[in-house]
Amino acid sequence: MTPEEAKAQLDNQVREIINWHFSPETGCQFWLEWAKKNFDPRGVVNSYEDIISKFDHFQDEWLRDLQPEVWVPKAFAGKPFNIFETGGTTGMPKQRVGWNDFRVDYEEFSHKLKDEHFPKGQSWIMVGPTGPRRLRLAVEHLANYRGSACYFVDLDPRFVKKVISNKQFDVARQYMDHVVDQAVLLLKNRKISAIFTTPKLLEALAEKVDLYSAGIRGCFVGGTTMTPQYVRFIVEEVLEGKIGFYPTYGNTLMGLAASVPLEPSDHFSITYYAPQPRAVLRIVDPKATNNTVDYDAWGRVELTTLTKEFFMPRFLERDEAMRRKPRAPYAWDGVADVRPFGAMEKTIVEGVY
Amino acid sequence: MSHPHLPALRKGRPYESLDKVQVKDHKTGEICAEVSQVNAGIVRKDLAKIAEARKSLKKFTVEQLLEITAKAGDLFLNGTLPLGDKGHTQSPQEYIATLSRTSGLPHIMVKRNMTKIHYAMTNMRTILNGLSRGLDLSVIDRGFGTQAGCPVAYFPTTDSLGLVMPSNSPAVNSLWLPAIALKIPVVIKPGREEPWTPFRLIQAFIAAGAPAEAFGFYPTDHEGSGEVVKLSGRNLVFGDVNIAKMYEGNPRVQVHGPGWSKIIIGEDKIESWKEYLDVIVSSISDNGGRSCINASAVIVPKYGKEIATAIAERLGPVKPLSSDDENAKLSGFANVKMADYIDSAIDNDLQTPGAEDVTAPFRDGSRKVEFQGGTFLRPTIVWCSDPNHPLSNREFLCPYASVLEVPQSQVLEKIGYTLVCTAITQDQKFIDELLECQTIDRLNLGPISTMKISWDQPHEGNMFEFLYKRRSIDCA
Repeated sequence: MTPEEAKAQLDNQVREIINWHFSPETGCQFWLEWAKKNFDPRGVVNSYEDIISKFDHFQDEWLRDLQPEVWVPKAFAGKPFNIFETGGTTGMPKQRVGWNDFRVDYEEFSHKLKDEHFPKGQSWIMVGPTGPRRLRLAVEHLANYRGSACYFVDLDPRFVKKVISNKQFDVARQYMDHVVDQAVLLLKNRKISAIFTTPKLLEALAEKVDLYSAGIRGCFVGGTTMTPQYVRFIVEEVLEGKIGFYPTYGNTLMGLAASVPLEPSDHFSITYYAPQPRAVLRIVDPKATNNTVDYDAWGRVELTTLTKEFFMPRFLERDEAMRRKPRAPYAWDGVADVRPFGAMEKTIVEGVY
Repeated sequence: MSHPHLPALRKGRPYESLDKVQVKDHKTGEICAEVSQVNAGIVRKDLAKIAEARKSLKKFTVEQLLEITAKAGDLFLNGTLPLGDKGHTQSPQEYIATLSRTSGLPHIMVKRNMTKIHYAMTNMRTILNGLSRGLDLSVIDRGFGTQAGCPVAYFPTTDSLGLVMPSNSPAVNSLWLPAIALKIPVVIKPGREEPWTPFRLIQAFIAAGAPAEAFGFYPTDHEGSGEVVKLSGRNLVFGDVNIAKMYEGNPRVQVHGPGWSKIIIGEDKIESWKEYLDVIVSSISDNGGRSCINASAVIVPKYGKEIATAIAERLGPVKPLSSDDENAKLSGFANVKMADYIDSAIDNDLQTPGAEDVTAPFRDGSRKVEFQGGTFLRPTIVWCSDPNHPLSNREFLCPYASVLEVPQSQVLEKIGYTLVCTAITQDQKFIDELLECQTIDRLNLGPISTMKISWDQPHEGNMFEFLYKRRSIDCA
C-alpha cells in the first residue's frame, strides 16, 4: 500500500463511520444528540483532516459519566454488548461498549505472528490484567483463532497502582510475587509455548523460570513504558535472543498497534503502527494540538477510533511518544518509545501494568 | 577525541548502555564524560550470580590481596589508568582536575582525599590488624586457626558488599577498600556527579592484579540502587536523614548519613578556649565542610557568644577561590538547588528567635555567592542563645556550625547521636562519663580535629565484623 492509497482508505473510512454514527437509522444516542447541539458532520467531514479541523478533543469524562447505553449504535440495538473498562484506580473507570471489534483487531494481528514463535494449536498463557478488560477476551480469541487454548493468571493493576501510590512497596512486591508464582506453577506443569504479559512481569517470571526451557517460544507484550535500553535488556537478557518478541501498544479504546520487527539501525527503539483505518494515532504538539510534531520529535499521543461499534475523535491519551515515518508494511505514521505523558517532568505510577 | 564514556562494569565486564547520563562541569556545563546507566533488571541478573565473583577473589590469599591493594594504592595516586572504554586514559592530574570540575571540590581538597585513600590502601595490613584485633589473616584463607591460643573460625556474611556512594567526598571510598583484601566483591552504585573515584580505584585494582570479576560498577536509578541494597548481603549506604531512617535497624546495611559531629569543651578547659580555636575552625571547615566528620556544633559551658564570634572572625571572610588555588577552602555546588535549599533553610530558621548568624558581619555579602560561574556557600556560624533552637543541631554541606552553651552536667544527655566527638577536657569524671556515652561513635579526648580518622578502628561499624562472623569450631 502506498501512502496515497492509505490516505484514500482512511478518508473513505471516515465518511462511512461519520455517516453510520450520525444517521438516525444506525447512529448512537450520544452522537445524534451531539449533532443537534453542534453540527451534523455528514457531508461536511469527508476526510481525516476534516476530523482534526472540525472536531474538538473527545472528553474522557463522557465515558465515565454517561451510561454505556448511549454509545450503542441503533443498528446494534438489542444485541447484548461487552462493557470494557480502562482506568479506574480512583473513581469510575472509563467504559466502552463493544461486540466484535476486538476479534477483527486480533485476527489481523494474528497474521503478523510467526508460527515458529506461536505454534498453532499449542497453548498460551496470559499473565496480566483480565477482569473487565477487552484484552482478556482479545488474547483468548487470538489464541483460539490460532487453534490454541489459553491459561490465565490475573493481575489487578488498580490495586498495584493504589499500593504504589501509598508507598506500600512491600505489598506491591508481595502481590507481584503472588501473580508470578501462579504463572510459574502453570509453566512448570503445563505445555505452554506462547505468553502475553507485561514487560515487568516477563522480567520477574524469567528470574524464576528459564522461559525457553519451560517451552516458551513467543512473547507478546504490552502495557508499561519500554525505553530502548529496557527493550534491549528484554531481548538480550530476558529472552536471550531465543524467544520471539512482539511488543504492542494498545488499550481498550483503540485496539492494538503492532510494532515493526526491530532492525539494528533501530537501536532497540520500538515503533508501533495503529490498525488503520479502524484507528489512527497522531503525535501532536501538546501546546497546539491541531499540529503534529516533526518526525523523530516527542509529542502527545492523540487517538481517533473509527469503527461501526465506536467513534471517538481526537482523544488525547495520557501518553507521549516520538513520531516516526511510515515503514513497510505500514504506509502511515508510527509512534515510538511510548511513555506516560509528562514522564520527563514528574514521576508516574505505572506499577507492573 | 570524543568524551570519555564510563561503561557499567558487570563483574568487571564493560557494558555500554543505550541510556547514558552526562557528567558536567559545575561551572560551565561542559560535558566531561558520559556514564552508562543500567536498569534494575541488570543489577538483579548479575547479583543472582555474584558467587562467581567471590570465587575469583578466593583464588588469592589475603596476603596476596594486601600486596595488590598496596600496589593499587600507588597506581591510584600516581598512575595513568584507563578511563572508560573508548581508549581514554586518566593521569592523576587529570583525575584531580576532572573531579574538581564536576563535584566542585577544589584541587587541593581532591589531593587531600587522594592521599587519604592512598594511605588506606598502602596501610591495609595495619587497618585489618586493627579491625580484626590482631587476627592472623591466614585464618581467612583457611577458614579457621588460632588467635591468642584460642581456636577461631570466621565465615563470610555475604558474597558481595553493596555500595550506594555519595557525590560529596571521594575519601569515603576508603571505607570499602578492606573488602577486596577480605575477598568480598564490591557492587558499586556511584554518586551521579562522582563516578570518577570508584572507577579509578577499580582500574587501579585491576592493573595491580586483582580479578576484574570482583568489581561491579552500576550507575543506575533509584530502583537499581534499591536492588543493590536488597540483593547484597552487606551494604554501605550514604545518604541523608531519610535514607538513614529507611535502613535503621537493618543488620545488612551500614548507613552513613549525617554525622552531627561535635566539639565539647569541659568546664576545666573553658577559660583557655582561645588555645583551641585552630582545632575548632579546622574541624568545621576542612574538606569544605562537606564531611559527616566535620563538626556541626560547638558546645561549651560559657563564653558561647565570644567563642562563636571568634570562630566567625576566622571563617566569615573566607571566600571562594579558583579551583586550582592551593588556598581554596570552599567547594562549589554541582547541584545548585542544594545550595539554594541550604541557604534558604538557614535564613528561615534564623527567623526563630534565639539564634544569630555571627558570620554575617565578617562576610561582606550574602552567604550564597556566584564565583567564576559556580555557586558557593560561604561559612556560617550561628550563635544559639537558645540551646534548643532549630539551628542548634543541624548539618549542612558547607562550613556550618552552631555554638551553644550547655552546662557540662547536662551535655551528654542532650547531644544525641554524634559520629565524632572531640571532648576538650582533663576532668576524669567527665572523661569517664564520655567513655560510657552510648551516642558517641568516635571519641577524641583532647584537642584533636574531628576530621582525624583512624581506619584501623571502627568507623560507623567495624568492616571486618561486618563482612565476617566468628563461629565455634572443633576438628577431630
